[in-house]
Amino acid sequence: MKITPELIKKHQLTQGEFDKIVSLLGREPSYTELGVFSVMWSEHCSYKSSRIHLRKLPNEGKYVVQGPGENAGVIGIGGDWVVAFKIESHNHPSYIEPFQGAATGVGGILRDIFTMGARPIAVLDSLRFGEPNPKNMRILAGVVSGISHYGNCFGVPTVGGECKFDDSYAGNPLVNVFALGVCKKDEIFYAKASGIGNPVIYVGAKTGRDGIHGASMASAEFDEKSMEKRPNVQVGDPFMEKLLLEACIEAMQTGAIVAIQDMGAAGLTSSSCEMGSRGGVGIDIDLDKVPQREKGMTAYEMLLSESQERMLLVAEKGREEEVFHVFRKWGLDAVTIGVVTEDGILRIRHQGRIEAEIPNPALADEAPKYDRPHNAAPYRKFPMEGPAEIVEVDCNAALLKLVGSPDLCSKRWIWEQYDYQVRTNTLAGPGSDAAVVRVKGTDTSIAMSLDGNGRYCALDPREGTKLMVAECCRNLATTGAVPVAATNNLNFGNPERPEIMAQLVESIEGMAEACRHFESPITGGNVSLYNETLGEAILPTPVLGIVGLMKTAAPVPSAFREEGLSVVLLGGFGTTDATRFGSTEYAKVLLGQTWGLPPALDMDYELSVHNAMRAVAAEGLAGSAHDLGDGGLAVALAECSYGGIGAAVAIPDGRADFSLFHEGPSRILVSTKVPERVLELARENGVEAVVIGATMKARLQIQNGMRSLIDIPVADLSNTFESALPNLIHTTNHA
Amino acid sequence: MKAGVVVFPGSNCDHDAWFAINENLKGNAKFIWHDSPDLGDVDAVILPGGFSYGDYLRCGAIARFSPVMAAVKKFAADGGLVIGVCNGFQILVEAGLLPGALLRNQDLRFICKEVRLRTETSNSPFTSLVPQGSILRIPIAHGDGCYFADDRTLDELEAEDRVAFRYLDNPNGSKRDIAGILNKERNVLGMMPHPERACDPLMGSTDGLGIFQSILANIPVLSK
Repeated sequence: MKITPELIKKHQLTQGEFDKIVSLLGREPSYTELGVFSVMWSEHCSYKSSRIHLRKLPNEGKYVVQGPGENAGVIGIGGDWVVAFKIESHNHPSYIEPFQGAATGVGGILRDIFTMGARPIAVLDSLRFGEPNPKNMRILAGVVSGISHYGNCFGVPTVGGECKFDDSYAGNPLVNVFALGVCKKDEIFYAKASGIGNPVIYVGAKTGRDGIHGASMASAEFDEKSMEKRPNVQVGDPFMEKLLLEACIEAMQTGAIVAIQDMGAAGLTSSSCEMGSRGGVGIDIDLDKVPQREKGMTAYEMLLSESQERMLLVAEKGREEEVFHVFRKWGLDAVTIGVVTEDGILRIRHQGRIEAEIPNPALADEAPKYDRPHNAAPYRKFPMEGPAEIVEVDCNAALLKLVGSPDLCSKRWIWEQYDYQVRTNTLAGPGSDAAVVRVKGTDTSIAMSLDGNGRYCALDPREGTKLMVAECCRNLATTGAVPVAATNNLNFGNPERPEIMAQLVESIEGMAEACRHFESPITGGNVSLYNETLGEAILPTPVLGIVGLMKTAAPVPSAFREEGLSVVLLGGFGTTDATRFGSTEYAKVLLGQTWGLPPALDMDYELSVHNAMRAVAAEGLAGSAHDLGDGGLAVALAECSYGGIGAAVAIPDGRADFSLFHEGPSRILVSTKVPERVLELARENGVEAVVIGATMKARLQIQNGMRSLIDIPVADLSNTFESALPNLIHTTNHA
Repeated sequence: MKAGVVVFPGSNCDHDAWFAINENLKGNAKFIWHDSPDLGDVDAVILPGGFSYGDYLRCGAIARFSPVMAAVKKFAADGGLVIGVCNGFQILVEAGLLPGALLRNQDLRFICKEVRLRTETSNSPFTSLVPQGSILRIPIAHGDGCYFADDRTLDELEAEDRVAFRYLDNPNGSKRDIAGILNKERNVLGMMPHPERACDPLMGSTDGLGIFQSILANIPVLSK
């Protein structure tokens, strides 16, 4: 086939990129080679717009065993044990086909984990949808059942996550899935091919025509014709993935496997070229040997197929049978399809012809890297100035409205569809500040939190991102855990627009600063750009998945458990002003507007609050602990009360709406029998702490001075909290 | 006691059952691969939860044809104790060892939550140490847990004291709130809730222990 400018454009390559291909090859590429380059050089696979900025992120630390560049990051958790974890997005496919898009998103990240030799023990997901309406709720229901279907069948608990709404996600929902697995340090596997003459073995599901050009789809904006891309979405089979997991882990124990890599985005192409380029070797593949689901597939189709549940591995020559034996036991295809060569070239044969012959470094290392213009002011959708006067409303009504609002209401309808307990490790599951899973065979547990705040980032990408990192670390601190590493998913719009690129750069720099401050290096992650539909970008939404360690024990619960305990506000009341108040859920829900700036963050103070909290937890002083986040103090108190125990609390005089609902960071609510000691530990850490009241049965009361601001039966709060999402789904489905 | 935990392709609570018995109860459990024609030296068999064969076609419908199931049937016929949890219950029903069927949950969604069960009978080797009427907090995690049988069968189950557990707040539409049943000979139990998830104080409930302790206590009697 002749390579025309139209064909180049169809492959989403620029003329400049095409010229570079010609100069790297020393000739024009074949049609198949053009396809290979188009996926490997897509934004999704090459990170061409973000790579130069991702380098700013810290990626080293005393716990880090493997930083970015492998299938997942790895950290030591004490003894011989390590955990591998990463986050991955499946945003574009989830809009086009919610169920399969989300399901295969789970499948993809799980393969990234067990490719490393680690058995997945936890999944968390971060979801964003347009404001509730029939269409958006159908997407939500589809996404949730896709995650549920895949994770439950595979047998990994989905232990936490978050779900928020904003109309900027209506045409571009976000589905970010975090997974974490565990293994011994000497059991880690890498995707680095080596050993000239070693066989390259294909295992798992057969190759079909599904998902061709999925990576390229994920690298373009949506338009009116997006639904025509449905055939680009892959179909997942969690049962096959479960077999693949067991077979891979068993095969790894034979000692016959040299390297292993899953076939994710860009399938066979990226797995072979990445394994080859990491090992500095070539790979020679004969496509005739690839197990195929359909007849008459071309080399182009086989190379670009994103059929799920497939792996590529390099075994020691002469020990193939040991590997085949294991895969036969699990009823899976395992076929030698190629060989490791010394020439560093990815060579693809099909029906006696050489279809592609590309130096591996050209595909991987020589991929374009852009310093896209970002000198514009970050795109800002919201005004700096709020309404001339912020009218105060009845606080009881405001609180009820907030706890029943889409962002803050209970997500039980979602997480009860996930098996959050399988593998019997879940010490704190969904609905907790942080999820906690124990690692059997050790006395260590892993605490995890997944968080993002598009609204803060839209108002100030740098400060918003720092606030998000701080919140993640605060979530861990409430359970008593110490954050040690993180993975990030950067969801942004079109990087070719300088004002979007500026958001991305600001956000990465803010993340770098905060992750350094909280000693949580980024060991890998994902960038999802072009999240735009018809030219309208999503709110800039960096999502952080943070991993912390703690000694295995029942974690500090987030809800009040006992009446008559003192309620301490660790960190103090905080402050706000008319500008910063515009970033709150209160402003969004009660005033219907967003403006101004996110809350002010002092990272030194924030860290001191975490240290104080950990000291309180370590001494066993906390009956409960819950951090203040969206919705501020009043919402946090309500959240502590849903279990049936409320509180009577007094706050200082001042504007009631500000003091109850502002979202100043660095604050944690602790219920305790020994407030004096909690205050003392706060003082030792240089942190303000105030006894604001005591827990009591069945009511939440807040007053300032002699004025009652809030006085509500806890049952009313929890009913509103629990019924909101089912009502939204029910009413919108029957609208 | 030596318990055999059967591993079908797609079983995913096999390790949890193994851990509950070996670690929480300090018993002795081993895995039995689904294509073993015999069970080896075991005193009780556990069919664990999960998605055997992907639960394609119908939950448990393919697993019943596994070679190991012929051995399980023979073991049960000879009086051996067999407990099927969740997918294991579905397999027992498909294999004809227990009556009835497990249908899609009535609201059509997968549900994972802790539920309260009432122990309906202590007259079984699985519940002899669990007082009749006692309330157990045990989690469920299933998409197809709605127990169904015709009225005659249900009447018979009740008349013969073969309903082992009922839900206090029926989560899935099961007929007569049934959560677990026994066979006529009372040596086969199928239940949708997961007792192996309620054997460790760290997991929030230890109400499942009584079921395994009962098995443990009854093995010597039965194996004579």
